[in-house]
This record gives sequence, structure tokens and C-alpha cells, in this order.
Amino acid sequence: MGKRQGLLFALATVALVALATFYFTRTWLPPLKSDRVAIDHAIWLSLVVTGAVFILTNLLLAYFSWRYQDDGQTRAAYWHHNPRLEWAWTLVTALIMCTFLFKALNLWAEVTSPPPADAMLIEVTGQQFAWNVRYPGPDGMLGRTDHLLASQENAIGLDKSDPHSADDVLLLNQLVLPQDRPVRVQIRSMDVIHSFFLPNFRVKQDAVPGMTIEIWFTPKETGDYEIACAEHCGLGHYRMRGQVHVVSAGGFDKALADAAAQ
Amino acid sequence: MAHAPEAHAGEAHAHAEEAFIWKYVFSKNHRVIGVQYYITAMVMALVAGLLAMLIRLQLAWPAKDWGVLAKFFPMGYDVGGGFGVMRPEFYAMLFTMHGTIMVFFVLSTAPVSGFGNLLIPLQAGARDMAFPFLNGLSFWTFFVGCVVILTSFFVGAGAAAGGWTAYPPLSALKGAVPGSEMGQTFWIVGMVFFIASFTMGGLNFVTTIINLRTKGLSPLRMPMTLWAMFLVAVLGLLAFPALVAACIMLIFDRHFGTSFFLPTGLVLNNAPLLGPDGKFLHQGGSPLLWQHLFWFLGHPEVYILMLPALGFTSDILTNFARKPLFGYKSMVGAMCAIGGLSFIVWGHHMFVSGMNPYLAMAFAVGTILIAVPSAVKVFNWLATLRGARIRFNTPMLWAMGVVSLFISGGLSGVWLAQSAPDIQLHDTMFVAAHFHLIMAGAALFGVFGATSYWFPKMFGRMMNDNLGKAHFWFTFIAYYCTFFPMHYIGIAGHLRRIYDPYQYEFLKPLQPINEFITISALVLGVSQILFFINFFWSAFAGKKAGENPWDANGLEWTTASPPPHGNWPGPIPEVHRWPYEYANPDFPKDHVMQTEPLSAAEQRVMAAEGPSRHEH
Amino acid sequence: MSTEVLRKSPRPALDRGGPGGGGPGGEGDGGREGPGVFYDPARFGLWLFLGTLTMMFIGFTSAYMVRRLAPDWIPLRPPGLLWANTAALLLSSGTLEAARRRLRGWNVAGVGPWLLATGALGALFVAGQLAAWRVLASRGYFVGSNPHNSFFYLLSGVHGVHLVVGLIWFGVVLVKARRFSYTPGEDGLGMFATYWHFLTGLWVYLLLLLFVF
Repeated sequence: MGKRQGLLFALATVALVALATFYFTRTWLPPLKSDRVAIDHAIWLSLVVTGAVFILTNLLLAYFSWRYQDDGQTRAAYWHHNPRLEWAWTLVTALIMCTFLFKALNLWAEVTSPPPADAMLIEVTGQQFAWNVRYPGPDGMLGRTDHLLASQENAIGLDKSDPHSADDVLLLNQLVLPQDRPVRVQIRSMDVIHSFFLPNFRVKQDAVPGMTIEIWFTPKETGDYEIACAEHCGLGHYRMRGQVHVVSAGGFDKALADAAAQ
Repeated sequence: MAHAPEAHAGEAHAHAEEAFIWKYVFSKNHRVIGVQYYITAMVMALVAGLLAMLIRLQLAWPAKDWGVLAKFFPMGYDVGGGFGVMRPEFYAMLFTMHGTIMVFFVLSTAPVSGFGNLLIPLQAGARDMAFPFLNGLSFWTFFVGCVVILTSFFVGAGAAAGGWTAYPPLSALKGAVPGSEMGQTFWIVGMVFFIASFTMGGLNFVTTIINLRTKGLSPLRMPMTLWAMFLVAVLGLLAFPALVAACIMLIFDRHFGTSFFLPTGLVLNNAPLLGPDGKFLHQGGSPLLWQHLFWFLGHPEVYILMLPALGFTSDILTNFARKPLFGYKSMVGAMCAIGGLSFIVWGHHMFVSGMNPYLAMAFAVGTILIAVPSAVKVFNWLATLRGARIRFNTPMLWAMGVVSLFISGGLSGVWLAQSAPDIQLHDTMFVAAHFHLIMAGAALFGVFGATSYWFPKMFGRMMNDNLGKAHFWFTFIAYYCTFFPMHYIGIAGHLRRIYDPYQYEFLKPLQPINEFITISALVLGVSQILFFINFFWSAFAGKKAGENPWDANGLEWTTASPPPHGNWPGPIPEVHRWPYEYANPDFPKDHVMQTEPLSAAEQRVMAAEGPSRHEH
Repeated sequence: MSTEVLRKSPRPALDRGGPGGGGPGGEGDGGREGPGVFYDPARFGLWLFLGTLTMMFIGFTSAYMVRRLAPDWIPLRPPGLLWANTAALLLSSGTLEAARRRLRGWNVAGVGPWLLATGALGALFVAGQLAAWRVLASRGYFVGSNPHNSFFYLLSGVHGVHLVVGLIWFGVVLVKARRFSYTPGEDGLGMFATYWHFLTGLWVYLLLLLFVF
């Protein structure tokens, strides 16, 4: 009954496997420009393991659809449990998952570990619809902010009376970073939840109003890259775009000064 | 309150012919109510599907002037100067309401409230649900919820536009996005009605399945569909209250000036949000609180959508494979494990939310481990198919489709469950691929499979198998073509909920893929016409169906199609065995119904070895 | 019915409450495989519903407890009226039990007055809660004034809404009692009492959560 359908299903499944394998093995990840290579490895491992399972289970599905058609005469095999088999595949799956879990927890601990002592400090404050970037300047300290002071000219509410504010460098939708130096970013928001996303750096962190959340990473290659907002934040969510300029360590001060002058 | 359903036991007795309004409108009959839910969900699906088509048009060709669409949706398109380019606020409304309507008003409804009502009394061996009046009330409450949600499109600045997840402050501050004016309030009210309805349904489901099973139907003789409905109802009763709590607090934040979710220091449009005393209007709230409460529901919710399809698939697969379900006990155990674990994984939606990293680790544990019972289910289905004698009727195709989608969608979950890779993939189209394949896809295919399988029982007529197959193939291929490529663009960084991706240089190369997805989505949408034609034509002119057109074993196949008043003309049959007795060589037919008493041979075996030998 | 009838009818092994006491689906046959315990569906459904309500208040509780940890927490001084309201509610549970006991004890005439007292005390509670809100407002403590306020209004409000539903149910119960719809010797008031006592207990819990612990 429906032999052609079984064959069609088998063929469709095989086609799915072939196409999926072909496309998944192409490079889709944006080129990695930070030190978070371990994340790429984790993604690659996920691909390999889930890919193998995908291929195996789908080929079995295809094979069974084609092979075990009703001939109108014989009956199916009657067995319906096999404790040894069931324990085996459950334990194997559990072991694979535990491996993933172990690696995932370790990687997460690494990513969320405290920044190195020499990490450069930056603050990024998201608002509808721009990224306000602030550098502490030569005194190494970010000036005080008070949201009561926020206005059209002072988007982040910088308290100019605080001596540490005087040398703060403010950029809009731009980040200038020195190559090979860890940077810790304090992420804040003025209004709604945004998300600071650097696709080339494997960095993403929600910017939550009322919270200051710190992350850190190390840019590894010079170049210009993009900042995106990855959390729906209103009408202009799609255009909350910024630029990251990674420059050589020697040229950083000048690059920052140039950017600030604009 | 409870009307003992068995009071109508058996005897033919004269009912005054019920007026149409009490029989088909304000009905207390589970089958009528089930169909009411189903048809309403169909209508909501058409609305949400249309919204999806508009989303796809925008993603493929953002700057395009859709003159004709502007005529239908004047508020959504910039009609000034003759331009029919979509407005960003309209786009935000589209994806918000597509998600809201699909998740709650279509996919929590058709499989659960629709098929649950249709099937539970029949599979459990009851005359009706435990609380027929409450059942009718639950449908009309749901209906009111639908009306409120649909009305929200036409209020003030339009429907809610903060995403179906409604994260504050975006959803709590009226100025944050136009949809957060009255639209968001309507959303909340509609959701509260929906949840009230779902709760009433949940009470009915659990009570009926626990209390009203017929003689002999012990838990380990229940079909997987019944198990699924039971678990889904329990999940709903325990999880939805968290969203109600959150919704009430959101209403307070929006309308009564409280600060449950709104922190100190909010500055909107460069102007601090101050109260009359010159201090911040809102102080000390936490946006993360909403996320925790929402996802405490949200995660079990996605299993509410998926479990019925898994139940349907087991029942349909065994029927058309003519082979017993492999590993029934572990299937039940796996389903219970999935249901239980679903309560401790919600934080995986919040890995980059700013929550405590240790908490994130805790959630990663459950999330990764939930893959184990899920995998067990797939292996059991595969083992069921091995050595089978498969009949590829329409229901079987859909069930196989569920297995396929469950594999595809489930595996991408393993990527997302690991918190660090999730940093790159969160809020990208990879997530959209994952949940559209596993949750939406499995649920949708489950509904189509269940429809083609139980349609004869409900309407006494067969659906057209050829139309059904054509519908399946178009849907299956178009579904994969629409959603599978989203994995790739997601890995490439394509964001979600984005009105114009090509503002970003790194996303510009992905436009051709978006175009391919959109065309596939259009084919997918249009193909559903085949289903509607089949459904409505067959309901009136399909081939007449007997009691058991599929040679199945369940209790529902022991009565006429459609069942008479009280579901069985005489006394309710007694159950003697599990529902998956196919291909047993000791019996003359290749299937043995649940109601078939033990044979002499079986009784001898049971006397000698005890009941467990017989009970699989 | 004479109030002096003290003889009790033999009660079934399980106390089946609820009007009509619907039993499980057994077609007159005694033995039945399955859970082995007969639950009155209506009672069972009510307990499920109370479970759902509990989950909602657990949600509120967790929100409250986390919020309370923040340094900007200003405790609210509860208006004295609240304690009086609580007393009224506790008393109403007492009167309800008295009514219930009389019904079970065949003392049908005794049911009415105690039932009325329950409704009156319940209505008094609701009125008292609204009055407490007015007292707070008059002191300048509105719902948005500070988080403790917000939670107080929220929790007392949600509880109050459910109590009003309880009062509506009370109205139905009262009408049925007047029409002698309840079978003496049985626990016809059991379902209503379960819901009512739950709300009393819930209020005591909320009071302790908000102002004591």
C-alpha cells in the first residue's frame, strides 16, 4: 500500500541529508577576529556530532521506509522491546551529552571568567537607537553618570562635575580597539533591552537598563568590523549599527583621537 | 458542579431535540467543543500565516514598493507619495503577533484543546469529559481571547509590537514603540483569557484521564496520545500561572505606575522619565524578573505544543507500520522525563540576558540532558519501523514527517543548549530554524496527521487520500526549504526580528537565501489550500467511513463513525490489553483491539507467569 | 427536619463531597482496575485548580522575595485594619465549618444562620480590604509609591478578586441551602468550604509574607 510513497519518502530523506551535509560543511561563521576560538571549536564539534546523528538516523529512516513496505501478505516482526539495546542507546546518548555538558560548562566558565588585570576598560551604553561608547581616558577611570542629567546633548547623563569625566572620550556607534590587548566592556542601557553583538568576535551580551554587565575579550586582527543590536528594541532596532576599528597597539592612541575628533 | 456523565448509561431514552444553539453553539459535548476549537484555530492560523507571508516579503525585498499591499494594510505601508514600502512599526507588529497567535491561539489550541477534547473521552472510555459545562465555558473564554487579540490590531497605534516574548521595558513603556500603547494591554488581556481557558481545559483533561478511565484501562495500557494529553495538561496547570502573575504585574507597571519590571534611571528619547516629584517615575524593578516568569511558562509551553504530536505519531506510526510500539514503557518514561525536565531548563533562553553565570550553568545541565529522552523517542520509533509492514497512507506520511522534523529540530537544540556557542547563535535565525522545525513543524505535522487519521471518526467520512498526499508533499518539501536554510544564515549572524537586514554589510550576501526562503514560504502557504479543500469537501462528500477504517486497536475505533450520543450505544467497553497489539502471530488478524478479552492461551500464560508477561 | 435527629447515616468509605457526588466511570460494576481509589471528579478538579492558584502565588512570592533583597526597600507599616480583616476572614472560615458540620450532622435548620454569618464576614473582609486601601492612600501610599506598596496592593488585590468570586459562589450556595438542595448527612458544602478555607489560608500566608517574615 503506497509503495511509491515509501520510496518517495526515502528519496526525499536522502536528498535532505545530502543537501544538509553539503551546505553545513560550507563556512557560514563570520571570520573570527577575537580570542574566542574555543566557541568556534564548540560549534564545530556540535556540527560533527549532531551531523553524524542526523545522517545516521535519517538514513535509517529512509532505508526503513523503502525496505519495510506492506506486501499485503506477511506480518511485521512482532518484537517490541529489547532492554539491552535500549539501555545501550540510552547510555551512549547520555555519555555523548555528558561530554557536551562537561565541555560546555568549562567553556562557559572560561568565557565568564574575570578579565585579566591589564584589560582595557570601555563602557558601551545602548539607547534607542545608537551605541554610546566611552573610554576612561588617561586617568583610567570612567566619570560618574547620572541618568537624571540625560539630555539631547548628553545622551548618557555624564556628570561633568566629576573630575574623572573631563578626560572621558565619547564616541557614537564606534569602537576603537588595540590589537592583542584584552578589553573589558561594561554594557549598559538607557531605556530598553538592547544586545551588544560583535559577530566577528563571538561576543553578545544583552544591555539591560538598571544593570551594568561586564564582559571581556581580546581582538586578534586589525580591520573594520560591525556592531549589531541583537535584541528587539523598537522601531530602529534594525539600524543600531556600529563599527569596530581594530588597530595595531602602537597606532591605538592616534586612532582613538582621530575618532573622537569626528 | 459535576454532572455524572455515566448517568446516560446505555439506554435509549428520549431527549427533547436540543435547539441548534445548545447543540452546536453553546455545546457541552466534547466532540462539538473539539471541533469548535479546531475550526477557530484554523482561522487564527490563516491570520498568523498571512502575517508570516508579509514578514517574508519584507525580509527578501525590504525596500520594495508593494503598492497593492498598501491598499490592504494602509496603516502598515508608507502610502505618502504613493510608496508602498512597509513601515518598521508594522514589521514589529507582524512578528509579534505572528508569534503570539501561532504559539498560543493555533498550536496550543488545535492539538491540545482540539484533539484533546475530541479524543480523550473516546480513548479513555468515557461518555464525555469530567466537566462538560466547564468545557463549553473554556471554549467561549478562548473565543473571547481570540476576539481581543484580533481587535488589538485596530486599537490606537496598533497591536503589540514588543515581540511575542513582550520583554519590558519595551512592552511596559508606552512610548517605547507604538504597539506598546493600548495594543500591548489588549495583548495582555487576550493572553489572560487564553490562559483562563487553557486552565479550565487542563482541569478537565487531568480529571477525566485520572478518574474516568473505563474498566481495565490501567495507566500502562493508555495510548501515547492519552499520555501526551495528560502530561500537557499537567504542564499547563503548573506553568501558565507564572505568566498570569507576570501579566498582572505588567499591567500594574503599564497602568498603575508600579516598578516590578522597570528599573531606576529610564531615559526615553533623551528625556528622563520623571514623576511629578522630579524623581524617576519607576525605581528598582528588574527586567529580568519578567524573563524568568515568562520563560518559566515559555519552556514547558513549547513542550505543550510538541508532546501531543509525539503522542499522535506513536499511535499513527504503529497503526500503519502494523507493528507494536517498540519500548512502550520507555516511551512513557521519556515523555514524563521530558515533561519534568521542561520545568528546570527555562534559563537557556536567558544565557546572554545578564543573569548570574552560575545560574546559566545550572540551566545548561537540564537543557543538555533533555536530549536523552528525546533521542530515546526517536530510536524507539526507528526500531518500531524496522521489520514493519508499512502502509503509506496520508496519516503515516505526516507521522514520518514528524519524526524527520523532530530529528532535524532536536539536533540543532544541542548546539543552542551549550551556553557559550549560544552567545553567537542567540537571537539569530538559527534559533528560528530550531523552533520552527521542532516545535512548529512537529506540532503542525502532528495536527495534519491527526486530522487525516481521526477525521473519519469525527465526521464519518474519509478524507481524500490523493489530495492528502499531494498536500503532504508540497508542505513537507516547502517546509524544509523554508526553514532549513535559516540554520545557515543564522550561523552567519542573521539577526531575528530585523526589519532590514541589509543595513549590515555582513548580512548583505544573504539576500538571495532570504529570497529563496520567501519563495518557499509562499509555496508553503499556498499549498495549504489543498488541505482546506480536502477538509471541507470530505466533511460533506467524502467516502463514508466505518467504525475502524484503519484496522486500529484503540477504544475510539470500537464505536461508530461518528460516535453516537454518549459515545457508545451500549455500555462502555472494557479494556483488556494495550493498544499496540499488531502482528501478534498467535492471533488470526494482524491486530488485536484493546477490548478483545484475553484468549485461553493468554490466560494460561498469565496464570503461570503473572500479569507482567502479558503486559509488554 | 427535626433538629434533634442525631442518628447519622452510614457514611461511604470516602467522603464524597459536592452536589450529586458524581462518581468515576464504572457502569455499575464494582471492581475496576486503575488507580484503585475513587476520587470525586469535582473535588479532584477543585484541588487541581487550587494547585494552579498556588503556582501563581508562588510566582508572586518569588518576585517579592527577590525584590525585598534590594537596598532601596522601604518597609510599609500595615494599617491596623488589616488585622481586623484577617480576624473576620478567619472567623468566616470558622462559621463555615460550623455550617458544614451541621449539614453533615442532619441539623439542616442550623445550617442557614452559620452560612449567612460566613457570607457576611466575607463581605466584611472585602469591604475592610478596600477600606485599608483608602487608609493607605490617605497616608499618601499609592500603588506605585514604593515596591512594598506595589506588592501589597497587587497581592491583596489578586486575593480579593478571588474572594469576590468566592462570594459569588457563596450566593449560589446560599440559594441552594434555602431550597434545601443539600442532602442532610452528606458534605454538600465541602467544595465551597475547600475553596473558602484555601483563600483564608492564602490570606494569612500573604499577611505573614508581607508584614511578618
